[in-house]
Amino acid sequence: MSDLRELYQQVILDHNKNPRNFREMAGATSKIEGYNPLCGDHYTIFLQVDGDTIKDVSFTGNGCAISKASASVMSSMVKGKSREEAARLFEVFHKLVTGDASGVDAAELSRLAAFSGVSEYPARVKCATLAWHTLNAALEGEGQQAVTTE
Amino acid sequence: MSLAMSHALALDLERVRRDFPILHKPVRGRQLVYLDNAATTQKPRQVIERLVRYYEQENSNVHRGVHYLSEVATAAYEGSRSVIQRFLNARSEKEIVITRGTTEGINLVAQTWGRQNVREGDEVLITAIEHHSNIVPWQMLCAEKGATLRVAPVNDAGDVIIEEFAKLLNERTKIVAFGHASNALGTINPVRQMTQLAHDAGAIVVIDGAQGVPHLPIDVQQIGCDFYAFSGHKVYGPTGIGALYGRESLLEAMPPWMGGGDMILSVSFEKTTYNALPYKFEAGTPNIADTIGLATALEYVAALGLENIAAHEHELLTYATERLQEIDGLRIIGTAREKASVISFTLEGVHPHDIGTILDQEGIAIRTGHHCAQPLMMRFNVPATGRASFGLYNTTAEADALVDGLKKVIEVFR
Repeated sequence: MSDLRELYQQVILDHNKNPRNFREMAGATSKIEGYNPLCGDHYTIFLQVDGDTIKDVSFTGNGCAISKASASVMSSMVKGKSREEAARLFEVFHKLVTGDASGVDAAELSRLAAFSGVSEYPARVKCATLAWHTLNAALEGEGQQAVTTE
Repeated sequence: MSLAMSHALALDLERVRRDFPILHKPVRGRQLVYLDNAATTQKPRQVIERLVRYYEQENSNVHRGVHYLSEVATAAYEGSRSVIQRFLNARSEKEIVITRGTTEGINLVAQTWGRQNVREGDEVLITAIEHHSNIVPWQMLCAEKGATLRVAPVNDAGDVIIEEFAKLLNERTKIVAFGHASNALGTINPVRQMTQLAHDAGAIVVIDGAQGVPHLPIDVQQIGCDFYAFSGHKVYGPTGIGALYGRESLLEAMPPWMGGGDMILSVSFEKTTYNALPYKFEAGTPNIADTIGLATALEYVAALGLENIAAHEHELLTYATERLQEIDGLRIIGTAREKASVISFTLEGVHPHDIGTILDQEGIAIRTGHHCAQPLMMRFNVPATGRASFGLYNTTAEADALVDGLKKVIEVFR
């Protein structure tokens, strides 16, 4: 049970049950789908970007607790950030969930730290990073194409 | 003595479990509870030791050498074909083509009989419960030929609606392909009746037997099908090996699929004469060791008694189904009249992937996902399910462990 609490930390369970920014967005500047065909995780991420600033982020869809909580935490953390800041957060997050702690400091991580247990579960890394990969693709202007982390 | 008692005695579970070394290997510090048999089964030491013996004492190429080892290897390889023939009750060894597995068997039929006989405007009929391997080869064939793929629907229990299936058959239907049992729901199809209906319409019948062979005694003559494909690894044999049964007259008339050694009688740059059945369909050096391993696995299950295995698995299915219903918010997907020992389920508020991870911490292996049957998942309006599938070595105590594990899942997510 203790190992499981390491993975399913309270923040994750909370964001899974009550996901933040879980809605469609009218007037989004981009909308992109992220899909993991193997597990059936499927999200749509809506962005409103003004110049360099991510004014608003929301998402809809379904998937496991790790993927949904990750999308929820991500949405609450990148709102108001610049593209570069968002990219940096993804970099830090990616390091965290793949077990590479180099150059990651706790202050930067903030709520992302709840996903530290994921690195012990290689099969779940793709769940944790789906929303981030999707956001990344949206910011890089890959249009309306779907993204997958398979 | 009750029937159940006599079966329990007929299958000495303790002894059977001792035959499977991996069942005694701790997983995450726990005793392994392996409930992913529909994905692949574990191997008894009889099969493992047979593979070792082949490589240590018999290894050679087949059908070629005049030397001692080649004769031994050829005898073991061809003897294995004979075991498979008897296991399926085919009329002749000529009707048994060794393949890499079910998928290859189905593709072989699509690419040979299919390409030769299906024309523009023709139809191929499958059902809504098919595995991707019994969908995609037919889609490829239909796309190439300008033919149409038709799909017989299932009802909410997961049974193919036979009246609808029958209605979809017509004079344009050339091939009818369906699973013997569904890997995702467990549904056992009335294969004899479906075969009869298809034949009445003038179509040939291809059965995906991947989930049939491990759970049911198979008699291809009694079923009456034209092709029956299965995989060794689902029936306690090695991976990457399987067989295709084909009616001799059809195999005779079919063009070869792959060209190469072994499938020819003579080759010149002007003309090649193809070998006789079944070698016409076995190009290149075959997977000799695993074919022998497959035959050993079939002999193993035959010795335990297929009826005994079926009865034991049915008991497990009934017991586990009943116990799972104790769990609040658990919904079993697939409640067909006749089922193989496969239970697909969802748990309210918990994604199957999370169920799988938490059970894994308890040493319990189940499958989570769409089970290579995405259209079927859509039919039941679920993105994925958890699936517990039972094999001959599973016990009711393991079904209890699954129930306890699921209660832990609920505890984590409450």
